[in-house]
Amino acid sequence: MIAVQLNGEARELGAALSLSQALEQWGYRCDKVAVAINTEFVPRSRYHEIVIKNGDALDVVAPVQGG
Amino acid sequence: MTAGSDPLTLYGEVFESRLLLGTALYPSPQIMADAVTASGAEIITVSLRRQSPESGGGNTIWDFIRRLGKRLLPNTAGCHSAREAVTLAQMSREIFETDWLKLEVIGDEYNLQPDPIATLDAARELVRLGFKVLPYCTDDLVLCQRLRDAGCEVLMPWGAPIGTGRGLMNAYNLASIRSRLPEMPLIVDAGIGRPSHAVQAFELGYDAILLNTAVAQASDPVLMARAFRHAAQAGRTGYLAGAMAERQTAQASTPVLGTPFWHQEN
Repeated sequence: MIAVQLNGEARELGAALSLSQALEQWGYRCDKVAVAINTEFVPRSRYHEIVIKNGDALDVVAPVQGG
Repeated sequence: MTAGSDPLTLYGEVFESRLLLGTALYPSPQIMADAVTASGAEIITVSLRRQSPESGGGNTIWDFIRRLGKRLLPNTAGCHSAREAVTLAQMSREIFETDWLKLEVIGDEYNLQPDPIATLDAARELVRLGFKVLPYCTDDLVLCQRLRDAGCEVLMPWGAPIGTGRGLMNAYNLASIRSRLPEMPLIVDAGIGRPSHAVQAFELGYDAILLNTAVAQASDPVLMARAFRHAAQAGRTGYLAGAMAERQTAQASTPVLGTPFWHQEN
């Protein structure tokens, strides 16, 4: 079991997944979000090769209004 | 003089409007869209926030923003360290497909004052990473000089704390920055509450203004957007026209020679 923080909330993954697999499992569309793991930016081109590790903190963000 | 003959150039791009507008805090997405249109703004600010998977990727206001077809200026609002700002900037570049960035690193929660040291650290790193950085900063001349030296081609000192609408709290500081950085595009960002504040910014020689709350929280945001559009044009045109020198005493504007009923006092 892989325990992670997704946007500050505890989540569990049944197996070691790539970032792209995890995003898909959670229901994200990869072309609509940007991701940082442990406050480090992860470019979309690397989603397939990055494997989520136990204890990772993921931030998944999307566009909003801003000032 | 028409706006077309007095363009604003930021990072090599030319704009007719000297008003940059935020997209937050409006009563509805449609009012936001109508206000942006009424303002004439060509650059609008946007941001990124955590999205829960349950939201399904839907974001109504982002759809409205995108359809406006304006140049997007993503911000790093909410960041409290250079590291956070650099990471969020990279996320912004990927999502919004622009290397333009309103750099914002908050140093104090009470007045949302930008952290000058972290802002400078982040600016150096972001310039190295190829970003076109427009830093939101305090009205400190030496900080502005350091940000210029770091490679920022535009600076955005505050007029007053974000959302206060108090206008230009320290016109002397803003004027000093203008005077010492005569070639640098300068934008007053934050604190402008009324069209008269906008005019004052242009009278100081500032090149543009960035505001959000003053329009979004007006009783009629679309009408206020139009008012700021006119204020920006009036302020800028008045600055170019050159104001008269102030005098200590009255001086009649109507010719004195030939005044009727005039007679010599003994």
